[in-house]
This record gives sequence, structure tokens and C-alpha cells, in this order.
Amino acid sequence: MVVVNEKIAIEHGLKKEEYKKICDLLKRTPNLTELGIFSAMWNEHCSYKSSRRHLKKLHTKGEQVIQGPGENAGIVDIEDDDAIVFKIESHNHPSFIEPYQGAATGVGGIMRDVFTMGARPIANLNSIHFGSPSHEKTKNLLRGVVKGIGGYGNCIGVPTIAGQTCFDESYNGNILVNAMTLGLVNKNKIFYSKAAGINKPVIYVGSKTGRDGIHGASMASAIFDDKIEEKKPTVQVGDPFTEKLLLEACLELMAGKSIISIQDMGAAGLTSSSIEMASKGNLGIEIDLTKVPCREDNMSPYEIMLSESQERMLIVLEEGKEKEAKKIFDKWNLDFAVIGKTTDSKNIELFFKNEKVAEIPIDFLAENAPMYDRKWIKAKPPKENKFSKDNFKSLKLKNCLQKILTDPNIADKEWIWNQYDHTVMGDTIQKPGGNAGVVRVHGTNKAVAASVDSSATYCHAHPLTGGKQVVCESWRNMISVGAKPIAITNCLNFGNPEKEKNMGEFVECVEGISEASKYLNYPVVSGNVSFYNETKDKGIKPTPSIGGIGLLSDYKKMMTMELKNDGNYIYVIGKTEGHLNQSVFARNILSEFEGPPPEINLFNEKQNGMCILNLKMENLIETCHDVSLGGILTAISKMSIKGNKGVKLFSIDGLVNKFEYFFGEDQGRYIVEIKPENLENVEKMLKKDSIHFDKLGVIESNQITYGNDLKISIDDIKQGYKNWLKEFMVS
Amino acid sequence: MKSSVIIFPGSNCDRDMDVALKKFGFKNKMVWHNDSEIPKSDLIVLPGGFSYGDYLRCGSIAGKSKIIKSVIDFANSGGLVLGICNGFQILTETGLLPGILQQNKYLNFICKNVFVKIKNKENKYFKNIKKEVLELHIAHNEGNYFCTKDELKSIEDNSQIAVTYCDRKGNDNEENNPNGALKNIAGIFNKDKNILGMMPHPERMIDPFLSGEDGSLFFENLTGSL
Repeated sequence: MVVVNEKIAIEHGLKKEEYKKICDLLKRTPNLTELGIFSAMWNEHCSYKSSRRHLKKLHTKGEQVIQGPGENAGIVDIEDDDAIVFKIESHNHPSFIEPYQGAATGVGGIMRDVFTMGARPIANLNSIHFGSPSHEKTKNLLRGVVKGIGGYGNCIGVPTIAGQTCFDESYNGNILVNAMTLGLVNKNKIFYSKAAGINKPVIYVGSKTGRDGIHGASMASAIFDDKIEEKKPTVQVGDPFTEKLLLEACLELMAGKSIISIQDMGAAGLTSSSIEMASKGNLGIEIDLTKVPCREDNMSPYEIMLSESQERMLIVLEEGKEKEAKKIFDKWNLDFAVIGKTTDSKNIELFFKNEKVAEIPIDFLAENAPMYDRKWIKAKPPKENKFSKDNFKSLKLKNCLQKILTDPNIADKEWIWNQYDHTVMGDTIQKPGGNAGVVRVHGTNKAVAASVDSSATYCHAHPLTGGKQVVCESWRNMISVGAKPIAITNCLNFGNPEKEKNMGEFVECVEGISEASKYLNYPVVSGNVSFYNETKDKGIKPTPSIGGIGLLSDYKKMMTMELKNDGNYIYVIGKTEGHLNQSVFARNILSEFEGPPPEINLFNEKQNGMCILNLKMENLIETCHDVSLGGILTAISKMSIKGNKGVKLFSIDGLVNKFEYFFGEDQGRYIVEIKPENLENVEKMLKKDSIHFDKLGVIESNQITYGNDLKISIDDIKQGYKNWLKEFMVS
Repeated sequence: MKSSVIIFPGSNCDRDMDVALKKFGFKNKMVWHNDSEIPKSDLIVLPGGFSYGDYLRCGSIAGKSKIIKSVIDFANSGGLVLGICNGFQILTETGLLPGILQQNKYLNFICKNVFVKIKNKENKYFKNIKKEVLELHIAHNEGNYFCTKDELKSIEDNSQIAVTYCDRKGNDNEENNPNGALKNIAGIFNKDKNILGMMPHPERMIDPFLSGEDGSLFFENLTGSL
């Protein structure tokens, strides 16, 4: 028997003071199994010890919200009896160590979070961030992650409908893999993790428990060093086939009335799932570890409790329903074992070979988990760079546009999403590559839109503004497909919270997210925090990923971004001041990396967005695309390429220089296509709400022209835009 | 008209196929892999997905499942059996169709719209389709059709090639081959043309809001010819 001491506790990732607290709470030295349980529950990943007090500031309420943060996933009402269960989650650390399995199990884990609540998954999304394309690891990591995401999602048969891929050298040593799932549930048939009642059977279902993934959650709560490759055994191995069976079996069981509570075994496996169920129900739980189905011989209680083997669930059943439930799992060829019961002791008690091997009050693990008020510093607003005429003197619009369209963060990502099954389930009405993915609510006239966004560059330059911006960007993506924005889920990827600067970035991004989501009535209903994205002292840029969803009451009113018909007019809705600081243009063309990100005006944001939805309701606009990275000319180029239509741009008036006008990244803007006969009505509506608009151009021919300053064929811009990633991956 | 869709553990296009068949007039029943009998049907469909996780080889375990004997008997007595994607792989594993489906040439899963050329209309599956080229959708990792020289000769001699990958105009050359399939083969028949296996998914193309509508032509013809 290993005798636990401070050194062993520190090896488990606990701090000295934390170990002392454990001994004080227990009034004795924990045994190894107990120490393992504490370390799993008290690490950053499970306990949110650095983030908890700040997450309370998020805006989480709204009449559409059925379930906010704190459950397996958030739930929102989408009218009738339907509700959407959704959440985004990180799997960053494992994906860097083993990209295929790391990404695959990330997808598997988030899908379980969703179907645990009784929902059938209907769409997957992801946000993935890699290091510089020139970094030696980038290509293999990208290839592995894409294959892993596809390998899992494709097999389950849930379409991957949208995503986002970014490159930045700050991710060289820490890639980000954030996976998001949406599920559809009847709002009267939702399942929660809160256990209730004493002496209820606790059931283990799914795959057998193996030695994989032990300490996965602790690994995800640590910074990386040179020897990180040695941690490969802590990465879980996924089996999407078993997950598909588990999904079907759980949904079949859920159709009946035997489940009291259900929880998937994710991070920290059996430990966190059993403790969470008991803690929420204010109960105790007793488990006989001898009864847990194991894949390998001679597994110790410690290993069984800390294994992160995938595709497993814990269920508290109504008494006497065991037989009926077992029949379903037998049908799907899955393990089913009664491993314990709920108790009134308020302790977790573990038995192994008729001996009690651990006993801990559940309070100590959940409510008494450490919570830190970490020091942080407020970011100073960066000084603005003023660009003079000299900066633009030798520049040509055409060259700038071509360079920007082949920027890794702008170039087309079809090479990636062609590897994801995005049409299975037969309801995908907007594929990846648009403003948002859209799936119909099967058998109804409704559809749900979803997208994932991040803006690490803006967040890095000014976290508060960046936090607001990324929520607005998500909101605009919903508007652009004609969906009413409903709610968001956030995946907060940051560096080391023990560093004041990183902690400050976190605090201020959260404030920004909160402010924007409150103003826009776009509440946060679920999410997770990933800290310690740092290798050898180099942290990532602050990267909150926002997954947004929106509702189309009538899917036939969906909008797309490709230009439709010659002779139609193109308008820009929202004011263009020409903000170049932190833009793709500033970095790529002017080599200027400093300065503030574009300001967010929430009033305009809301006005402009609502106006677009009204214009669509009146059938006055044909096409819509929000203006984001790369500004107006980039946006119009993408619309041209998709629709294979050219645009004659009208001359811009006002004081803004043409480079600032065409490449500035001012916020809250949309480009819309309007039939000539609707121009008058559109302008009337815009003027009524005092919304700024510019008449940008008219659709004609197969080239984009701007007086004598620009003439470029669609084929020319398509070439670079479409081929960059493909060529990069085969080179 | 009655149809049956077999569900294997890991099938994931079973519901999509059920929706499509019903939309075009079939009375469809879902049949579990562990059953041994199939209800009276005019058509049996093996749907897409990852039957038994596609472990060992795609379709190989399904090819030995309990229900498969009834499928083979039904096919051998002249019944219509349609295998889409994984269903095609299963049909080759059972020996009902010649050849095999290897991993795609560039080793990636491919999900996109493709065009296929109808090579033989003297059968119930394509008889009354007016178009020569259909726009369908593929989503697979192992769709790279291959067979021996002798098998190919026999397939060609018996006009067993059903559809080939091509461009919008019907050019079925190497340039329009998404996965490396021999002779651009996207689907084949057995000698009697009552069994069809093909990689493209017509069930995903059955209304204008999806990736396209040419799948409707396939099902309309099927209801019409039964």
C-alpha cells in the first residue's frame, strides 16, 4: 500500500495548501484512491477554481432559456414543444499530444453531454486553431484533427454543419480543438443529472473501463513542457461505433419512464459523474467497484475511479426497472451493470472485494473545492495608429485583395469540411462555408442556424472589446442567414491563470461577452473554460470561442451569401469609418500589428441586425453576408465567388480613403443584395430607423471593378482563395 | 409498394432512406439485423452508415449477420435489393455483387456533390429517368471500386455498370473521378439487374432545399417501375 504524503499529492497536480486542506477536512491522511478522487475533482478542469467567481457575471437568463450553465448542456426553447440542447467544449491538450484521438474524443464527449439530456444530436460544429502554417507541426496536427473530427462525427451519423479554422503562431505549442453539438429534445422530456431518492440502483452502461485516460483532466489543467509527448497514455481512445449504440440505447430507454437521472462519464470518469449526481441531489452514493465492467485484469480501485475510458454513462434508475433497462442494453450489445445505490449518508463510499476502500463527504469534493480570486491586471487601451497617405501610395487594390484572399485565416476551408459528412440526416439546408450552418427541425417548417466564432487578434489587442466583438460576430452570423439569434455557448481558451496578465485577459473577455450578450438578449447557456494553454512559458492569445444558435420559424425564408442575379443592387448596411488597426489589411499589407481593435457599438449592432431581419420578413433582400475580417472588398469577393457573379462597385464618397473603406473592419455591417424594384422600400425602411447605408454597386458580368482602380475576374480571385489550403496540405 | 430497410448496429442513413421511400409512396418497414425474417417486400434496402463499426473491413461483419441470409434468398429469387454506400460495401462482402470497395485514392473521407452518368437504363432502377446525368451526393471513406480483370470483363460484357462518376456534361474520365474507382464506377448491378449497389446517396437529394433534387428522379422512377 502506498502511503500518501505531500510529495505524492503534488505529483497529482495538487498544491501544497490544497493537500493540507484535504487532510484538515478529512481529519486524517487520505489513502491513494481518495487522493486520486480529490485531485480529479479539485483540478482546474473540473472545479473551475480560477474562473468560477467570474463566470457568475455572465448573462445567462432570458425567456427562451430552459436550462442555463451548470448542467451537462444548456437548453433553449424553439417554440411548440421543441427545445435545443447545446454546448461547446474544449479538447485542446489531448489534441496537441495525439491529434486524431484527441479531436475524436472531443467530438464524442460533447455529443454525450447532449444526448445525456434526452436530445438526439442533430448537428456538430467545431472551432480549431493551429500554429503558424510555417511551423513544422502545423500540417500534421491539422490533418490529424480533421481526420479525428470526421472519423467520429461521420460514423455516428450527425452532420458537421459549420466551423472555423484559424492559424496564429501563438498556437504553435498549444492548438485549440473546440467541439460543439446541438441536439433536439421535446421540452417535456428532458433528463437531468440530479439524483433523487434513497436506495435507488446506480447503473453503469456502455463500454468497459480500461486504463486509458487516467489523469486526463489533470493533464488538461497543467502547462506543457518538452516532455509532453510522454503524456500520450493520458489521451483517451474513442470508439464512435460504441457511442452510436450508446446513443440509440439511451434514447430508447429515455422513451420510457425508468430514469431518475443520467450523467455521462467525461473528464474524471466515474469519479466526477457519481459525485455530481449525488451532490446535485444532496445525497450519498455507494459503489461496489468489483461490479464495474473492466477491460483489463487487476485494475485497482484507483484506476477504475480515474479512468477516462470513453462511451460510458451512469444512470440512477427507478427501483425494479433494472430488468427492463437491461433488455435494451443487451439488444444494443452494451455492458449493463448495477454497481451501487444512492444513500442518505451524503458521502461517497467505495467498496472493492468486500472492503471499504474510500469514504469522503461529497461536500468536500464539490462545494468545498478550492476557489481562487486570482490577481489580474486590466489591459490598457492600445494607442491608435494613424495611417497617412504615404502608407497607401504604392499600393494597388488588386494586389492587396489577392494577398488578403490567400491569407490562411481568410482562404477557403473546403478541404476541411469536405472530409466531414455534412448532409447525413437529410436536413442540412445550409452547408459549411456560409455565414452559418442551418438544419431543419425534422418534419417541421422550422430550422436552426448555428456557427462558431472567435477573434483572438481583437481579444489580444483589447480583451474587453474583443469579448464584445465575438458575441456580436456570432449574432451577425445568425442574422445573415435570416435566423433570430437565441443563445450562445462559450468555450473560454486562455493561458495560465496564475499569471496576472492572462487572468486579466480572461476577466475582461468575460466582461465583454457578458455585456454584449445582455444587450442583445443573447444569453450564455453553457460552456467550458480551458486554462493553461501554455507551453514553455508561451501562452496562447486569449481565445473565447462563441457558439451561437438562431431560429428560423420558416426555413423557406433562409438567406444565403452567394450573389444571385445580374442587375440587382448591392448595399452596405452600417457605417464604414475605415478602421484599419488590427485588421487583416494592417497586418498583411502594412505590416502593422499594434493598435486597438474596432469599436463595438451595441446600439447600432442591434438596430442593424433587427433591420436586416425585418427586410427579409418583407422579402426585400435576396442575399446577405456580414462584413468581417478583410472588410467590404473581401466580403464582396466571397459573395462573388460563391455566386459566380461580378460586381461593378460605385465610387465611394466621403472622406474615407479607398483602402480604408474597402478593407476597414468596422463592426455591425452587412452586405445585402436588392432587386431594383425594391430599392425604394428598402431605403424607406432604413431611413425610418436612421440606419446608415451605402449604395455599393450593382451585379454584372464576371469581374469585380472599381472605376479605373480595380478590374479583376472572378476566376482570378477564386484561384488563390480556393486553392491555398489544398496546396498547403499537399506541399 | 412495400419496402424494407435493414438496420444494422452502426447504420446511420436508415432514417433518411425511410423518409425518402415514404415520400415517394413506399410502405416502408424497418427490419432489425438480428431478426431472421423480412416482411413481404418489393424492395429491400441496405442503408448507408458504419455497420458494426466497419471493423475488420467495411461491410464484412454485416455480410455475415443473421438477417443477411434472408436478403440473399430474396435477391436470388429475383427480388430488388438496393445497397447505398455501406449497403454497397455489404453487397460486395456477401458476394451478391462482384468486386470490392477500397479506401479512397487520396485517403480522405469525401462528402460532396458529384455527377454520375447512367450507363444502363434497361432495368427497374433507371428505366424511365429522362436525364442521362444525375447530380447526387457522396459521403464515404471507402468508395474506391476495384475488381479483377476477369471480373471487369464479365461486368462489362453483361452491362453491369450502373453509374459512373462524370462531370456535368457526362464525361466520365479520370479528371472526374473523386475516389480512384476503377473505370469511374459509382454503382454496379448483378447480372440479372435486380441488385444495385452504389456509393452516391439519392436519399439526400430529395427536395430543393437540400443539396439538390436529382435523388427524387431516382425514387420516382422506382415507384413507377414497381
